[in-house]
Amino acid sequence: MFYREVGQFKTSYAADQAIFPIRQDRIGLALILAVAFIGIPLVGGEFMIASVMIPFLVLALAAIGLNILIGYTGLISLGTGAFMGVGAYACYKLSTLFPQVNIIVWIIASGLVSCAVGVLFGLPSLRIKGFYLAIATLAAQFFLQWCFVRVGWLYNNNPSGAIEVPLHTLFGIPITGATAKPLTRYYVVLTIVVVMTWFASNLVHGRIGRNWMAVRDMDIAAQLMGIRLLPAKLLAFAVSSFYAGVAGALMVFLWLGAAEPEAFNINESFVLLFMVIIGGLGSLIGAFFGAALIHILPIIVRTAPDALGLSIGSATAEHLTYIITGGLILFFLIVEPHGLARLWQIAKQKLRVWPFPY
Amino acid sequence: MHLLYQIFIDPFMQMGQAPDLLVQTLWEGLVGGVLYALIALGFVLIFKASGVFNFAQGIMMVFAALTLVGLYEKGVPAPLALLLAIGVMYLLALGVERVVLRPLVNQPDIMLFMATFGLTYILIGAGQLVFGGDPKEMPVAALGLPKGAIDLKILGGLVSLQKIDIAAAIIASIMVAGLAVFFQKTRIGRALRAVADDHQAALSVGISLNQIWVIVWFTAGIVALATGIMWGARSDVSFALQVISLKALPVLILGGFTSVPGAIVGGLIIGIGEKLGEFYWGPLVGGGIESWLAYAIALAFLLFKPEGLFGEKIIERI
Amino acid sequence: MSGADDILLKVDNVSLSFGGVRAITDVSFDIRKGEIRAIIGPNGAGKTSMLNVINGFYHPQQGRISFHGQTRARMKPYEAASQGIARTFQNVALFKGMSTLDNILAGRALKMKSSFFWQMFRHGPALREEIEHRKFCEEIIDFLEIEHIRKAPVGTLPYGLQKRVELGRALAMEPTLLLLDEPMAGMNLEEKQDMSRFIIDVNQHFGTTIALIEHDIGVVMDLSDRIVVLEYGHKIADGNPDEVKSDQKVIDAYLGVAH
Repeated sequence: MFYREVGQFKTSYAADQAIFPIRQDRIGLALILAVAFIGIPLVGGEFMIASVMIPFLVLALAAIGLNILIGYTGLISLGTGAFMGVGAYACYKLSTLFPQVNIIVWIIASGLVSCAVGVLFGLPSLRIKGFYLAIATLAAQFFLQWCFVRVGWLYNNNPSGAIEVPLHTLFGIPITGATAKPLTRYYVVLTIVVVMTWFASNLVHGRIGRNWMAVRDMDIAAQLMGIRLLPAKLLAFAVSSFYAGVAGALMVFLWLGAAEPEAFNINESFVLLFMVIIGGLGSLIGAFFGAALIHILPIIVRTAPDALGLSIGSATAEHLTYIITGGLILFFLIVEPHGLARLWQIAKQKLRVWPFPY
Repeated sequence: MHLLYQIFIDPFMQMGQAPDLLVQTLWEGLVGGVLYALIALGFVLIFKASGVFNFAQGIMMVFAALTLVGLYEKGVPAPLALLLAIGVMYLLALGVERVVLRPLVNQPDIMLFMATFGLTYILIGAGQLVFGGDPKEMPVAALGLPKGAIDLKILGGLVSLQKIDIAAAIIASIMVAGLAVFFQKTRIGRALRAVADDHQAALSVGISLNQIWVIVWFTAGIVALATGIMWGARSDVSFALQVISLKALPVLILGGFTSVPGAIVGGLIIGIGEKLGEFYWGPLVGGGIESWLAYAIALAFLLFKPEGLFGEKIIERI
Repeated sequence: MSGADDILLKVDNVSLSFGGVRAITDVSFDIRKGEIRAIIGPNGAGKTSMLNVINGFYHPQQGRISFHGQTRARMKPYEAASQGIARTFQNVALFKGMSTLDNILAGRALKMKSSFFWQMFRHGPALREEIEHRKFCEEIIDFLEIEHIRKAPVGTLPYGLQKRVELGRALAMEPTLLLLDEPMAGMNLEEKQDMSRFIIDVNQHFGTTIALIEHDIGVVMDLSDRIVVLEYGHKIADGNPDEVKSDQKVIDAYLGVAH
């Protein structure tokens, strides 16, 4: 009833090839953006902005990157955490070497560094796929993590082994460092995430996205259509690592403020993979759903028992989170392999026919 | 020039000057390799019979050991705890078959692969929830395993062999031999190989897939338990062992996913290779290269010999 | 009708083996411009392998292939595609996760040139290109009568329609040579008639040269201008339908021979 496309006739292919051909989708998108840019800053407290929204957006960005690789191109990576690390360390290095340059420039540049590293580790993907590639990306994960610990130059030989973010400003307003207000950081992160999501959406809906999906679905047929596998796969690695790198830089500079090598360990890679699986393989909105669920789940598990009058220790909450996460993965793989994004589509379909399902 | 010397000459000079150290390093690598091989063996068993790439195999090892130690710490006598741990592994096999394999049968392999990630997290959470997350000590003596070391005076030096390591090598050999007999000689073993070749053909001659899967996962669980006891005796039992268990993955790449001898040879190569690399070449770059050397070796193999040492070459057909 | 100018593709003494198993032994034939050429033979005769050799997926150990008069030793599949060789598959090889329209648009991969930059903004050249190729694909969709499944994910379509979409995807490449591997396998009579009509239309209206493998001898005899017969990787006959029909070796191969 509320979600009907009846009466919306398209008179040109241009209108039908648009990314949101249905009017309600466009309205919905505008609403979401309005809530994100105006609503949440108005009603959300410090905790909401700093500990829920910023991490959610950063993780969603990384999940989009991973989804381009796994969901769209069918290449499994277990090294996303390390590529986020590359972005974070590159941004730290660049911004401490040349502090006068605007930090936004360095965040983009660190994405490019991560992109180059990603292409390097993506090279084996020509010859190997599936599980084999997953294991090969573990090489990237462990090697890069080792670099973050052992190569002192990367963290300016800081005795604590951590990288700490200094103050940077944008138009005279502090956006990184201890004095930056959560709301300012939120706006910077939100803007970057929105723009990059728009780019990702354009890419996956055009020729490049079709080539990726062709490689994913049937690589032999794709070759015989004239799609060259290596460039297509390397491009996916490049774009994916760029997103992971920017997300990593944002994570350290605008969310945590400091990070140790442990922040980019194999568990981070797993968690991102789970976001993609639960959110929905090959769906950008799924990356947001997945990031929201996986990020908010531990918060709920920690606080919900208190609300019910039960008291569980933080260790127990953590263990429960593990079990629930694992259970959710099995649930989605078995019941709905396309994840939350598919459930969203089904809901839209239901709305379309409501209240007369026949 | 100096760098080349450090890489290509100096380590070998060191080996020659202190052969006892070399033997000690080789031994450590060998024992590590045997344990990697055992984890890889569990992978191969499951992969052969159900086509599932079981990412959770390493975690099953930790989970099994943790169950054993946890029960022992709660006052259960060691032999009984061992039996109970075996029982838990059987229940796990039943559960996996019911909850994971049966609903996901005929799905793309990659789905099943990702499902084992879910299993991994459930096992980590459940193990810690029940037995706590703190590292535990394996009751070596109570299990009737030897403790202490044998010191050999050879090559003008002293080489120290932990008795538990010797026991590990012996138990591993017995298990591998036992599995070989099981595969070749028993009815279930033949059924297993039939299932591995072709699920549907096996079904059509009356082999119960579900039953086979339970048996295979249970067998892999027992292998995991044995491996867990050995690792646990060398260090403490906790989920920090997870990182070690992932090392079995490069072993598989070397050996091929379907080859039992491959798992063993691959395990030994990786085990010895990373110990030698760490000891002689590690200091050049600041040490700690053990954490990624195995993966680098595997990656090199993937690029030049993607089917592994013993794997079958695949001809793509359309 | 004859003469060297007419020849689009020439296969010269090609042999192919997989680790000692000979799939094709010393086979030569040619395909003329604008004809429908059938390759027939019993199962395991090496027909699909032959197509794989032609579009560069397998590399023959011996022999040469010339296309458009250019001889090549080794060729990669995407090179074959860029020279205008398109292909459908014995077991439908569609991109299952994509819609019918996207599958056919994917066939335009080689014709789309807009840069990554414009793709990122989906603006300017990228958008123009997208719409222009959409128009082209709509013509194919129209031609194959699959308008109603334009937006449907191909994985859910019935087999006959999948085969049709696959043909559409190959046509989107605007091929000079179209290789069809059992386009009518597993179809009922009506679907076969439809498919035959499409093949003839493609051949006559677009002037596309077609090489097809098919088991339905009736269809082959009706459709094709000339036929190559393979058995155990050897060529046993080559000629127009009537010649092949009366060839003793072909009769033996198909009906068996009394020993």
